[in-house]
Amino acid sequence: MNGSEFNWSEFFAMGGYAFFVWTSYGIAFLIVVLNIVMPVIHRRKVISRVKRAIRREQLQQ
Amino acid sequence: MWTWIHKFSSPKYFYDMSAKLIPWFAIPALVIGVYGLYLGLFVAPTDYQQGESYRIIFIHVPAAWMSLFIYMVMAVSAGVGLIWQIRLADVVAAASAPIGASFTFLALVTGSLWGKPMWGTYWVWDARLTSELILLFLYFGYMALQSSIEDQRQADKASGLLAIVGVVNIPIIHYSVEWWNTLHQGATVAKFDKPSMHIDMLIPLLLMALAFKLFYAAVVLIRARNEALYRDRNRRWVRELIEKNMNGEKI
Repeated sequence: MNGSEFNWSEFFAMGGYAFFVWTSYGIAFLIVVLNIVMPVIHRRKVISRVKRAIRREQLQQ
Repeated sequence: MWTWIHKFSSPKYFYDMSAKLIPWFAIPALVIGVYGLYLGLFVAPTDYQQGESYRIIFIHVPAAWMSLFIYMVMAVSAGVGLIWQIRLADVVAAASAPIGASFTFLALVTGSLWGKPMWGTYWVWDARLTSELILLFLYFGYMALQSSIEDQRQADKASGLLAIVGVVNIPIIHYSVEWWNTLHQGATVAKFDKPSMHIDMLIPLLLMALAFKLFYAAVVLIRARNEALYRDRNRRWVRELIEKNMNGEKI
């Protein structure tokens, strides 16, 4: 990265291996995002399930 | 000491404490990960044999290390759960499985994407690749047993046993490149003499590995908190917690 201007198109080309390199990084990014999003959704589901159970019991009393 | 262990391994205590721990793993994971990516993509020199394609290493190798590391965490936790009946250990094992499976999948896919330009094929049935694929199936087997057995105790016993038996696969994966002839390159970092790698490549690799590890620590805590809530959904502490939430309190 010496020199004054960084050559972005050369960077994205990855010496001809763009498809392999960027697909790898893309899938890695996706896996990271899914590992964050899925437990957050799961948490909401668990909490709402317990809430429903509590409401049901309150109605029965 | 026994009461001490039981106090700190009670799901309620864990639920309260882990919330405070998560940012201490998540924020360093982000900072170190971004810096590692910067060094790996912009600063590390081009490989004289593999050109730019080698940059897949900064994802592939940390993912592969994590696939093994998380498996060991899962198997040891499952073992502790089986032997000492510590419920939190089973929670950690169950929370680790999907994360480990996702990293194993990532290691396989990135390895495949690296293999195509370097070896000319996406897949070969050699020892390293096959044993890593078996690792993915071990994770899937663990998860299938967890979700298909209704009784939680029985599910933990069956899946825990599978996890422990599956540990034999770990040294097979590690030594597969030495024991069998393979297309896969040998170890460049994890060996006793000096790593045969340029320092400007080695540093981003180790940073990415550290970032992945911290990331795992953060997400396994998030998942374990869910798992603790779910397993104890009929117990008093969860009921009280959710009732607090129904009254508008943050939990």
